Amino acid sequence: MSMFKIFDVAGSGMAAQSLRLNTVASNLANADSVSGTPEGAYRAKEPLFSAVQRALGGANNAEGDSSVGVQVKGVTESQADVQARYEPGNPMADGNGYVYGSNVNPIDELVNMISASRSYQNNVEVMNTTKQLMLKTLDLGK
Amino acid sequence: MSSSNDNLFGLHTQALDLWQRRSEVLASNLANADTPGYLARDVNFKQALASASGQSDGLAMTITQPGQINPQAQAATQLAYRVPTQPTMDGNTVDAQTEQANFAANGVHYQASLCFITAQIHMLRTAITGGQ
Repeated sequence: MSMFKIFDVAGSGMAAQSLRLNTVASNLANADSVSGTPEGAYRAKEPLFSAVQRALGGANNAEGDSSVGVQVKGVTESQADVQARYEPGNPMADGNGYVYGSNVNPIDELVNMISASRSYQNNVEVMNTTKQLMLKTLDLGK
Repeated sequence: MSSSNDNLFGLHTQALDLWQRRSEVLASNLANADTPGYLARDVNFKQALASASGQSDGLAMTITQPGQINPQAQAATQLAYRVPTQPTMDGNTVDAQTEQANFAANGVHYQASLCFITAQIHMLRTAITGGQ
């Protein structure tokens, strides 16, 4: 029953997209956090996806390359410049009176969030359809 | 027994297998909609079904020497790459809408094949029980 592979593939897609949603949430939550040093400032996190071949059960001679899941290679940090603000009254300010904000771009994050949720929904739909087809197959001949 | 099965259900057992395989490929495309560099693929259904049913157009290549690549072993199961309609900067060629439409159509085709097989089973059952 090779249809079970679809659950693995769609599941890996959902896991990847939910991780993307997770990074968006932490980026947005930290959009206004400040630090006393440029190194300590919050940098936007971005997940890195890659396709992974699912060779399950060793039977990958002819159709092993037909199902390709998503693998999360890791989470990278944005290398964009952090913004320095002159706020001498801020308790976090350094010797020159500067605080360093995050380099999160809220618009990027919102676009990412919508894209991730749409992709997640796609994968859910694939899973639902596959489940219905499998149940119908079980009813074959009735 | 298997040959009588083939006669009873026609091409639909092989078609079911291919629809299932195609849904797997399309699910992979949808799952990798955001993977950089992923190339969307698809099954050439017509060609695969023709070769599964033993009828293919054109002259087939044969092996004359041991060690030559067997053309029969690959051609049918080979996946084709989709031609992108909107190339993206990260090299991904998945068009989610196209894949969704294909996946939906594929599911309906699968159900159609299931219906044909069920109808054949019903017919056989009617013949056995005499319609009682």
